[in-house]
Amino acid sequence: MLLGPSLLVSAILFVIGVAGVLLRRNAIIVFMCVELMLNAVNLAFVALAGVHGLGGQVMVFFVMTVAAAEAAVGLAIILAIFRHTQSVDLRSTNLLKG
Amino acid sequence: MANLAWLVIALPLLGALVNAGLAFRRPRATTAIAIVGSGVLLAAFAVALGVFAEVRHLEEGFRLQLWQWMPVSERLHIDLALQFDRLSTVLLLVVTGVGSLIHLFSIGYMREDPGFGRYFAYLNLFVAFMLVLVLGASLPVSFIGWEGVGLCSYLLIGFWFEVNANSDAGKKAFLANRIGDFGVLVAMFLIWWQLGTLDYAAIAERAPAVLVPGGTAAVAITLLLFLGCTGKSAQIPLFTWLPDAMAGPTPVSALIHAATMVTAGVFLVVRTNVLFALAPFTLEVVALVGALTAFFAATVALRQQDIKKVLAYSTVSQLGYMFLAVGSGAWTAGIFHLVTHAFFKALLFLGAGSVIHAMHGALHAVHSPADAQDMRNMGGLRRRMPWTFALMTVATLAIAGVPPLAGFFSKDEILAAAFARGSMSPVYLVAWVLGLLAALCTAYYMVRLIAMTFLGSFRSGDEAEAHLHEAPLLMTGPLAVLGVLTVLGGLLNLPGFVGGHHQLEHWLEPVLARADALLPALVLPHGSTEMLLVGGAVLIALVGLTVGFRGTLATTIPPAKEAPAERGIARILAGKYFIDELYQRLFVGPTVWFSRTVLWKGLDQLLVDRLAVGGTVRIAQGLGWLGSRLQNGQVSLYVTLFAVGAIVVLRMILGG
Repeated sequence: MLLGPSLLVSAILFVIGVAGVLLRRNAIIVFMCVELMLNAVNLAFVALAGVHGLGGQVMVFFVMTVAAAEAAVGLAIILAIFRHTQSVDLRSTNLLKG
Repeated sequence: MANLAWLVIALPLLGALVNAGLAFRRPRATTAIAIVGSGVLLAAFAVALGVFAEVRHLEEGFRLQLWQWMPVSERLHIDLALQFDRLSTVLLLVVTGVGSLIHLFSIGYMREDPGFGRYFAYLNLFVAFMLVLVLGASLPVSFIGWEGVGLCSYLLIGFWFEVNANSDAGKKAFLANRIGDFGVLVAMFLIWWQLGTLDYAAIAERAPAVLVPGGTAAVAITLLLFLGCTGKSAQIPLFTWLPDAMAGPTPVSALIHAATMVTAGVFLVVRTNVLFALAPFTLEVVALVGALTAFFAATVALRQQDIKKVLAYSTVSQLGYMFLAVGSGAWTAGIFHLVTHAFFKALLFLGAGSVIHAMHGALHAVHSPADAQDMRNMGGLRRRMPWTFALMTVATLAIAGVPPLAGFFSKDEILAAAFARGSMSPVYLVAWVLGLLAALCTAYYMVRLIAMTFLGSFRSGDEAEAHLHEAPLLMTGPLAVLGVLTVLGGLLNLPGFVGGHHQLEHWLEPVLARADALLPALVLPHGSTEMLLVGGAVLIALVGLTVGFRGTLATTIPPAKEAPAERGIARILAGKYFIDELYQRLFVGPTVWFSRTVLWKGLDQLLVDRLAVGGTVRIAQGLGWLGSRLQNGQVSLYVTLFAVGAIVVLRMILGG
């Protein structure tokens, strides 16, 4: 089985996703990085399903469903922000500043 | 009758409540207010007469248990009980009797006042409290009355509170009394600690067995009690409030600040006389303070121009006599003088009231701004107010000690007692001399008052004189009754040399026997010594009267606004020895300074406001500022913090 390499790829993808969310300022890219993290987790689920049973594979479908819903809401929010500020730069979106 | 004796307190209390209600709802219902106000007093007087008839047959009087007040433990249980014995009956009759007359007089005097209902509510309340004080069977019950009369005194001194000076005078009276009340409270605690009871009867029973005669405990208790008396009865050093108390309506001065409340101190001493008999040192202090006050106040009265101020200092002086009496162990003489003084001083005050009433009306009619109480603006009122003149002259002769009027017998007995005690301690001889000198001054200032007010010619213009008129019957009537009492008051306790039997002395014997047994017998001078003393006192009175009469009439008195400033000794006397100024510098000034700079600016403004309250605000503000730095609105910061937090949590879960 390819458990070790699969988890390695999953970890790398997840770290890339986290780094993207933390470092990029473009809302679209941050959003894509979030998706990347979700899919990294999906990969880990699938890889571990071979060892722990089929529960992991079932979970993947849940994650994909939620991700689809999240994408719909998230993109709608980004679109609304863009209409409001003519930009998708997160630095200019600080309405909740204390 | 005995079961209904509580009515004597309940009636004035009811009157106070009804009048208070009327004062709020129907302030102009003067007739109803007058009927209720004086009606309850007359009814109370009737009850008092009934009580008197009862007590006549009882040596020890009777006790009326109303309800349990503080049933704390076996040892400490205080009942709300009244004691109708021979001493309290005397006071009961004086308070309700003289009180009734003054209530009647007040109807005429206060008729035009917008605060008519309030006035009678206060006055009735005062009588109720005064009766609690007199009739209480234990110190705490009396103390209710003691504080209550203080409250009513404060309310009535500041009755015309629109004028700042009046409410200040009220506050002054209240504060001076508080100092004295503190003494009474501490004395009560000490009595409880030493004797385990606060009941008058039980105190008298246990004190001789428990307290060492002349011991520290007895002296401390009695000195503290006497401190209370100096406050309530305006003796040195706490007397300054009484002259200022004249700011109240004149009938109030007659009732509260001459006839009844201010004599409460004398009453308290006689009530607890067993304790005082156990402390000869305190007795000497009491006698000396009394004599000093008598002399000192009499000299101040010599140069006062305000008719009520003269009478106020005269009251202080006469109260001094009463303390000289009780300080000499002559309890009866003290009570005797209390009673006769209530008669003639109430008469003098009410007479002064009708003079002021007439003057005020006359000056008002001609729109004169002159002071209606300044005797320099009066003169020649004899022609317009013959009744008031005659009655006040009788009272003047009585207070000066001219036989056979009431004041002669009581004052004479006091001086004889002080002289007799002179063989025990020279202090009493000093007190006796001071008493004689005070008698001389008394005769002088009283006849000066009469001469300046009623004799000579009117000094505020002919136009105003035409408006002067005698007071209505409702005011002269009570004056006449008091005049009769002033003439006949001496009959209460006629001495042997005029064929009397010391009736009051025998009447009070059951109350005083215990204390008298503790003191060396008071052997009053008799035979030629007595005659010499009496003759000397009468001679002094006559000299004072003559000198005062001639001295006042010989000089022309300018009206108040043209009068030159006083000089020399006269200035010191007119300025009342500047005691008020001294107290202002010594006590009031520093207290105000301390309150202002230390308590207000230092403690309140700096410590509480700025440091405590302001500091808390600053701390919360600072924490809030720190917190708000985190909320910068940048999603990336939130995410970073979230990621760091997640890593920390994971580390804790996995690595633990």
